[in-house]
Amino acid sequence: MAHSTTQATRPAAGHARRTFSRGLGSILVLVVSLAFLAAVLFPFLLAVFNAVKTGVDYSLHGPLAFPQSFDLGGLVAFWSEVDFTRKLANSVIVSGCVAVGGVLLSLFSAYAIGIGRVRGGPILLFVIMLSIMVPQESLVYPIYYASKAAGLYNSLVGVIIVFSVLQSAFGTYLLSSVLATFPHEIIEASQIDGANWWQILWLVVVPVLRPILAVLATFFFIWTWNEFLIPLVLLVSNDNQTVSVAMGVLKGQYTSDPTRIAAASLLGMAPTVVFFLLFQRTLTRGVVVGAVK
Amino acid sequence: MTQGNPTRSSGRYTFYLYLVPGLLGFAVVVLAPEIANLAISLTAWKGIGAPRFVGLDNYVRLLHDDEFWGSFQHTLLFIISMTIVPTMLGLLLAAVLFDVIGRKFGIRLASFMRAGFYLPQILPLTAAGVLWGWILSPIGIINSVFRSVGLAGLAQDWLGNPALALAAVSVVIVWVQLGYSLVVFMAGLSRVDTALYEAAKVDGANWLQRFVSITTPMLAPEIFVVVLTTAIAALKVFAPIYVLTDGGPNDATLVPSYLTYYHFFTTSRVGYAAAVATVQTLLTIVLGIIFLRFQARQSGRAN
Repeated sequence: MAHSTTQATRPAAGHARRTFSRGLGSILVLVVSLAFLAAVLFPFLLAVFNAVKTGVDYSLHGPLAFPQSFDLGGLVAFWSEVDFTRKLANSVIVSGCVAVGGVLLSLFSAYAIGIGRVRGGPILLFVIMLSIMVPQESLVYPIYYASKAAGLYNSLVGVIIVFSVLQSAFGTYLLSSVLATFPHEIIEASQIDGANWWQILWLVVVPVLRPILAVLATFFFIWTWNEFLIPLVLLVSNDNQTVSVAMGVLKGQYTSDPTRIAAASLLGMAPTVVFFLLFQRTLTRGVVVGAVK
Repeated sequence: MTQGNPTRSSGRYTFYLYLVPGLLGFAVVVLAPEIANLAISLTAWKGIGAPRFVGLDNYVRLLHDDEFWGSFQHTLLFIISMTIVPTMLGLLLAAVLFDVIGRKFGIRLASFMRAGFYLPQILPLTAAGVLWGWILSPIGIINSVFRSVGLAGLAQDWLGNPALALAAVSVVIVWVQLGYSLVVFMAGLSRVDTALYEAAKVDGANWLQRFVSITTPMLAPEIFVVVLTTAIAALKVFAPIYVLTDGGPNDATLVPSYLTYYHFFTTSRVGYAAAVATVQTLLTIVLGIIFLRFQARQSGRAN
């Protein structure tokens, strides 16, 4: 809202004509769109308002009222009950390792396909992309069974391996198409200077790719953070659950304690909202790369 | 990784080494499980002991399983809430944000609003599920609002009533999905030539005519991408169902992914669950091939 008022009431010299041409229709469109946006964001507001109310305040004034009281008791109680610090740490470890591992796997494979032009590269890409589109339900039981046999059941390591590979499919696809257009003169010049392929990768290719590698890592992090089915199946003990799993297994609890459930949903959403605010540009731009590239 | 000047031919062999980690991971995490799942689907197995080969029995049984058919019917309905509604709404909203709000009230307001609509996309579905589960619960937000304004008669058990549950879950899914199509469409619009709009305006075309005859056709590639990716995603809806309804009440919101999960881990009818997952996989692969071929054609055209 702050944006709209400052924009609308600032008829700087160059904008005068534009302001004049706005007309009633456009203002109506703006109002309707802002109302729609408010409706979409309203559930967040509900979570925030009710998470910081006392139970008495909730039952007196209802869920829509602005908090008349300020009580972090619900948040603190939920935090300690589910050991939220632990869940956050698990999510950060899993997502962080997958971001790094997934990017490395993508980089190596894409280097071979994009720069090395190994035989069968395009078919390989096709098969890899197709295979990550398959529902995880068709992988989950064998992975569950194998992880038990390999001693990786109920371990963060198992989940990290699975998602590093799954995320790297998209990364390989994206980086291969970027590297396919990598200027050959640069590579040839480095070869003449005596660099081997390992050196060329790290000293020539990676510095050029750094921005897109950062986008990939950001995406792998948030995608992994939000993964549910495979972590649900593999991480059975309370101590190993991620935030996403901890939220998923809450169902049915606290239904008669509205301020507690508001606190739970607020804490479950908060990390990704903060992440979104920090990386908003990267994420919105990346969606498009992911979809259209 | 030989030292010195790698020639083109010696380089080739080195490059195969770079493929090893990715291919090994792919073989272990995707290929082997996929094949194992297919093999399991031909057996009767409880998850322990030796699987018993039963041929296509599980598939034959699927054909007579109302839960199976029901779950795929719900998938078709979820294509409405995951694909059709977000695509249409996203198209309209993208055009409004780009063409009206962006141009007349500033690009910053338009990107601010785009970010706001996108926010639900970024959440863990399970956390969003907890929030919506509370909003929709019998003693939740919607019902307490109805009661407080004297409309107690409108209060419903939104997720517990078989007639309403599917619609209630669909609303949540639209809320989550809208941001995705909006962001993709707005990016697509930024490459549309604005001169086209000016020319149409000079010719007296109103906003709706410009929307129908310029915006929509120009965005055809993006529309295709959004429709296919979300249709594939609709085949795999799991977390919202797990958190909100468990497929109930009376299977009213059962989906294939939940059905497989249920049989894998609750009833331990592992072979049967694997068969459901295989059917789901085949359908996904068909859509996936269409999608990838389209992508290849698009990038071929762009180069």
